[in-house]
Amino acid sequence: MGTENYADLFADPTFWLVVKNNLLYAGVTIPVSIGIALAMALWANSKISARGFVRTAYFTPTVLPMIAAANLWLFFYTPGLGVLDQIGSLFGLPSVNWLGQPETALWAIIIVTIWKEAGFFMIFYLAALQTIPEDLKEAADIEGTSRWTYTRRIVLPLLMPTTLFIAVNAMINSVKLIDHLFILTKGGPSDASKLILYYIWEMAFAFFDAPHAAAMTILVIAVLGIVAAVQFLYLDKRTHYQ
Amino acid sequence: MTSLTKFMDSFGAILLAIIWIAPLLFAFWAATHSTSDAVNLNLFSPWTMDNFRVAWNGAPWLKYFLNTFTLVTVILIGQFILTTLAGFAFAQLQFPGKDYVFILVLMQLFILPEVLIVENYAMVSRLGLFDTILGVGMPYMASAFGIFLMRQAFKGVPIELHEAARIEGCGLLGILWRVYVPLAKPTYLAYALVSVSTHWNNFLWPLIVTNSPDTRPLTVGLSIFGAPENGVDISVISAATLMSVAPLLIAFLIFQRQFVQAFLRAGIK
Repeated sequence: MGTENYADLFADPTFWLVVKNNLLYAGVTIPVSIGIALAMALWANSKISARGFVRTAYFTPTVLPMIAAANLWLFFYTPGLGVLDQIGSLFGLPSVNWLGQPETALWAIIIVTIWKEAGFFMIFYLAALQTIPEDLKEAADIEGTSRWTYTRRIVLPLLMPTTLFIAVNAMINSVKLIDHLFILTKGGPSDASKLILYYIWEMAFAFFDAPHAAAMTILVIAVLGIVAAVQFLYLDKRTHYQ
Repeated sequence: MTSLTKFMDSFGAILLAIIWIAPLLFAFWAATHSTSDAVNLNLFSPWTMDNFRVAWNGAPWLKYFLNTFTLVTVILIGQFILTTLAGFAFAQLQFPGKDYVFILVLMQLFILPEVLIVENYAMVSRLGLFDTILGVGMPYMASAFGIFLMRQAFKGVPIELHEAARIEGCGLLGILWRVYVPLAKPTYLAYALVSVSTHWNNFLWPLIVTNSPDTRPLTVGLSIFGAPENGVDISVISAATLMSVAPLLIAFLIFQRQFVQAFLRAGIK
C-alpha cells in the first residue's frame, strides 16, 4: 500500500530541492544562532554598561509572532525602498532584490530565523553561566589565565549540556519555523527558498494532494524520531552524572 | 578586566543590541511617518498617526484580537485540566503499563503538531470543527510538554502532605485539588506564560483551520492584511504589525523577569 507515493516523491526534483534547501537552512541557522546566543549570554552576564537594555534587546524578537517579524524584515528587504538598499545606495551599490532572486532568497529567510531564535537560546546559556562558581574565575585570575583561555577551557566545557539541549531545539526549529515564508517569499523564486514543512502545506492545501503530503509527513516524523532517540540517549547519559 | 577590554565589550554588546532591535525601531519609524518620508529616512519629517487609523479601519482587528484572546484562553483551560490530571497520574498513581504510556506521551514532544497539519486537518474536519476556535485549539490541549512539566512539579510534592490529607479523609481528586495544585502554582504560571505567548504567535495551523473573520486569529488576519494583492503600503503594514504585537510586547516589557524565568523553567526540564 502507498509505496508509490514515496516513489513519486523520490522522483520529484522539487522534493530534492526542498530537502537540500532545508539542510542548508538547518546547517546555517543551527550553528550561527547558537554562536550568537553564546556571545549574547557572555555579554549579558558580564559587567557592561546598559546591561538591562542589552538583555531586553536580545530577547525581544522571541516574543514576536513570526508573521510580525517577517513584516518588520520586509521593510529591510524591499528592493529600492528597503533599508538595506538605502544603506547600499549610500555606498553607491546597486539595488538588490534580496527576496526575488534565487541566490539570496533563502539567505534572507535564514537571517530572519537567526534573528528570531538567538535571543531565546541566550537565556538558557545565561542561566547556565550563572551556575558556574565564582571561585573558578578567581582561581583562573590568580593563575594569570587569559580571558580567552578561561572561556575556552572552563566555560565552554561546562556549557556543553546546555549547548546540546539548545542544538536539539534549534534542529526542531529548523523544521518548524517557516511562517515567515508566507510573507517574504512564498517559497520562491522558482522554489529557491522552499522548505519541507511549507512544501507539505502547499501540497495538501494549495495543490490538494493529501497522499503525497502524508508521505512527506511520515518522512519528517522518521527524521524527528532519530533526533528524539539521540536526545533520549543523551538524557540517559546526563542522569548518570548526577 | 582592563578598561579597554571592558569598553570593547560594552561597545560590542550594545552594537549587537541595536542591530537586534533595529527592525522594530524601523517599523516604529515607518508607522509614525508618511510612506515617502519613511522610505527616504527623512529625519525631520512630521510625525503622524494616520497609518494607525488606516490600518485599524482596514480589517476587523477588534474581532481578531477577541478571537486570539478566546483561542489562548480555551487552549490554556484545556491544557490545565488535561495536563493536571495526566501529570498527577504519571507522578503519583500506579497503573499497569504506566512506563509505556509515558514513553508514548513523550514521543509527542518530537512529533510536532506543526508536522501533523495534514492528519490533524482531516481529524478536525471529521469532528465537524473546521473553522471553529475549538478546532484551532484542540490539537494543543493534550500537551506532552505540559504533562511532563506537571509530572515533575507533582513529583516534588512531599508524600507526607499527601498522606496527611488522606488521613484527614480527603479523596484522591480532593488531594490533587487541595494539596498538589496549590503547591505547583509557580509551574502553572510558567506554563501559562509559555503557552499564551506560543499560541498568541501561532500561525500555520490557524491559517489552515480558519476560514472566516469570525474565527481568524491576529496572526492570520495580519498576514491577509499585508498580502501584496491588497496593495497596502509599508507604513500601514508597519502600523498594523505594531498594533498586533503591542499587547504581548507591552506585557513582556513589564513582566520581563517572569517571562524569562518562565521560558527557563519550561525549557530546562
